[in-house]
Amino acid sequence: MSKYFKGDAAASKQVSSIGDELDKDKNYVGHKNITTLQATPQSSTFDPIERIKYGFKCFKIDEFNKHPDYYSKLAEKQEPKFLIFACSDSRVSPTNILNLRPGEAFMARNIANMVPAFNQLKQAGVGAIIEYAIVALKVEVIFVIGHSRCGGIERLLSLPNVDTSFDFIDDWVSIGQPAKAKVIAQNPCASDEELFTLIEKESVMNSLVNLLSYPYVRTGVADKKLKLMGGHYDFVNGNFQIMEVDYDIKPTIDI
Amino acid sequence: MRLASRLVHSLQKQPFLHTIAVSLLGSSPAYRSNFLKSSASTSTISGSKLKFSEIEQTKLGFLRSSKSSLALRLKASREGVGLVQETKENPPKLITKSDDGIDSFAEMKHRFLSFKQQIYLENLERYQSLAEAQAPKFMVISCADSRVCPSYILGFQPGEAFVVRNVANLVPPFENGPCETNAALEFSVNTLEVENILVTGHSCCGGIRALMSMEDEEKSSSFIKNWVIVGKEARSNTKATTFNLSFDQQCTHCEKESINNSLMNLLTYPWVKERVAKGLLSIHGGYYNFVDCTYEKWTLDSSSEQETSGYAIKNREFWS
Repeated sequence: MSKYFKGDAAASKQVSSIGDELDKDKNYVGHKNITTLQATPQSSTFDPIERIKYGFKCFKIDEFNKHPDYYSKLAEKQEPKFLIFACSDSRVSPTNILNLRPGEAFMARNIANMVPAFNQLKQAGVGAIIEYAIVALKVEVIFVIGHSRCGGIERLLSLPNVDTSFDFIDDWVSIGQPAKAKVIAQNPCASDEELFTLIEKESVMNSLVNLLSYPYVRTGVADKKLKLMGGHYDFVNGNFQIMEVDYDIKPTIDI
Repeated sequence: MRLASRLVHSLQKQPFLHTIAVSLLGSSPAYRSNFLKSSASTSTISGSKLKFSEIEQTKLGFLRSSKSSLALRLKASREGVGLVQETKENPPKLITKSDDGIDSFAEMKHRFLSFKQQIYLENLERYQSLAEAQAPKFMVISCADSRVCPSYILGFQPGEAFVVRNVANLVPPFENGPCETNAALEFSVNTLEVENILVTGHSCCGGIRALMSMEDEEKSSSFIKNWVIVGKEARSNTKATTFNLSFDQQCTHCEKESINNSLMNLLTYPWVKERVAKGLLSIHGGYYNFVDCTYEKWTLDSSSEQETSGYAIKNREFWS
């Protein structure tokens, strides 16, 4: 019984078996074909619950039930190789564009896929993700993925000349300020749209640099147990760019 | 510390940037601000698709680091990127840590190209429309756990759900100040004007386990502890009601109680509460049990708010 909500146990609780419902569903197109279904215009009476129920149904029938050994092993333990930082934008889920399967990537999603510098007072959320991924899960690659037409980067570019202030958003996107300053300084004649794309990419690099301010990231990279990668997904043109980062300490020279 | 950063892909180990591009002939529609919400409109792009293997070369400048022997340098890899050679469908290999031989770089490339061929190009009109503006109906707050991606288990396709993922799918209250979760909340509610917020938790959550294992009010140098303490009220509720259960059972209870804690924290944001009161925004909780693949969901009954007893929930369903 939840302490938060009254009438919890008494609330009507529908229990439905996905399998039984499937037999009656003429519209079932399966997990892999769900994109086709979503491409059709939605009816004016969109039911969010039916939508997620359908999505779960497809997953269970087409994926979970077909690979019981895989999913039972996964239920005991996750051992993802990747920690991915991606934007919250609805169009750029790495699971969709990189066909990631459950178990492959521990994933953080936030506005403009940013990683702030190490700050125990303020950035516990991101810090917890990095700490858990490296210390508990021992991921091997951290992949920061930016994208085209990013609203967070656009907001960063507009600041401080904005009509409305959004306290939480503006505070968050300011993490990318070094990237913005650098791009503007280096491209004094660029148009806003050019600056936009340049800052999207520079912000990824800024986040990769910020990652190195976390001690366990630095240790992992120095010990060559951790790799850093950056990416940029351009959904306007259907491109993807990847950047690998090498971190090297050269041998000493006796003076 | 001066740092050099380079974007480099090379076929012949030269510092040029190669992008694998599909160029669409004809003019692109004029860009509309993504941050200011605009209704998604369809624009047709005339022209034909060029061959998939066409490559654009772009030379980018780069910074050089200091030559000091102790200088730390960031340099991008010069590793070659193979040209598109897969035209037939190759099912992607699962990347696991035991597969040391799999080059992450190459695998990601392969995955993207498969997506592009099989999905992006097959649904080009839809993707071009999405490129103009997103109008998702959901905001989803989910755990970062690799097993519970909402795109996968709930089948969200591009354009459908604005997603925040953090440890233990927590929503801190308004008074905690800015963080990545409430920045995303502010954007999705005020700018995208989503109609639904779903906080979705799951079984065997490491973050909740850490919360349950912590000593009370411990000031810690651990980020995890400093974050999951957001759920401390859920923990105390759990311990009060389930003291006779095993630790594992208590954690399961806390996983669900924490979702409710987050739903209540959502209402501490005035713009969330306002939209809920007006019937423009619905708030849902969800719980994915990946041991037996079941999903439980419930909805906040916004009409039920009373001063003394708080909110009720409605429409609880259990899918198995």
